[in-house]
Amino acid sequence: MTVPDEAAKRRIVDLFLSEEERLLRRWTQLSGASPDELRDLYQALRTALVDGAGDFADVRGLLAELSRARVRQGHTPSDTARMVFSLKEALYEAAEADGGPEALRGFVWFSQLVDDLGLYTFETYTAAREKIILDQAEQLLELSTPVVKLWEGIVAVPLVGTLDSARTQVVMEKLLQTLVETGSEHAVIDITGVPAVDTQVAQHLLKTVVAARLMGAECVISGIRPQIAHTIVTLGIEFGDIVTKASLADALSYALRRSGVEITGAERARIAVRAERP
Amino acid sequence: MERVPILKLGDILIVSIQIDLDDQSVLALQEDLADRVVSSGARGVIIDITAVEIVDSFIGRMLSTIAAMTRMLDAETVVVGMRPAVAITLVELGLSLGGVRTALNLEKGVAALEHVRGTAG
Repeated sequence: MTVPDEAAKRRIVDLFLSEEERLLRRWTQLSGASPDELRDLYQALRTALVDGAGDFADVRGLLAELSRARVRQGHTPSDTARMVFSLKEALYEAAEADGGPEALRGFVWFSQLVDDLGLYTFETYTAAREKIILDQAEQLLELSTPVVKLWEGIVAVPLVGTLDSARTQVVMEKLLQTLVETGSEHAVIDITGVPAVDTQVAQHLLKTVVAARLMGAECVISGIRPQIAHTIVTLGIEFGDIVTKASLADALSYALRRSGVEITGAERARIAVRAERP
Repeated sequence: MERVPILKLGDILIVSIQIDLDDQSVLALQEDLADRVVSSGARGVIIDITAVEIVDSFIGRMLSTIAAMTRMLDAETVVVGMRPAVAITLVELGLSLGGVRTALNLEKGVAALEHVRGTAG
């Protein structure tokens, strides 16, 4: 594409300035956006083109704001971009009416500019989304790993959701820290809420158990559902001498026994039926 | 070279590592400890690593070596006070310290040794 000369640029900017009312009306018509929003944008563009000499920081700021506002109103990012792009169509009509080759050459330059601005709204949208996703992932990581105390000297970690390296790291650190702080010698890792166990997840679990053992605490893994037991055996994963239990209740009673707590069932109320002799 | 002091409490020897261990002091500690176990007739050794923040494979192996050595001399070794970060590092290094007993803190370490002696006679 040839680089448009200064004369062409000046011509299209002149057109942009002189036809303001008509362009704005046409732009509003084409895009279906509110005239106030477009007028603000138009003003900013004009300032940038005339005074700012190519400094579009203000326009970009305005576009970013507009993009956010429109997402909140329920517009798709394509809508917003299309709204910006429709300025091209409005201006093209003006350039065609002008008829001169200068104006058309200038239009090519101007349309590149509008393309950039339209894409910028899209970028803003993606960046905002990305930030939300990152924040949520972080919150999820913090929320999803509580360490609860079950008994004096017994803590439990109910794991919910898929285990990956990052989460295991957080779980491991938090569990070990709690072991030190509470002086607990028994830990129960409950995997009832873990949807699937593969070799990698098993590896992570084993690491956690070995680390706890290094610190002088015993770990029990509980909540192994039948399908998961099947998968583990099929995959040939060896849990070695690590104690595994089917349910959290079993693990708790095991840990209680190990820490020397005696459990007795409550005495059952006895109902005696005696027939009265006449 | 700094030497790690070895304290005697009844028939237990307590080693509290408070300095940054270099290879020389590790080797010196192993020798000193073996001498003291023999001379004092200790039945248990407690290595307190609460203050140790950085470990490498050499120190990991030291713990295993000391445990194996004292077992030859009929004394049980318990490593106490390992920090979470240290435990994670050792696991990542692939060292599980097989044959080393561990306890959360000094108190529990002493209790573990009492238990061992109780069952031994």
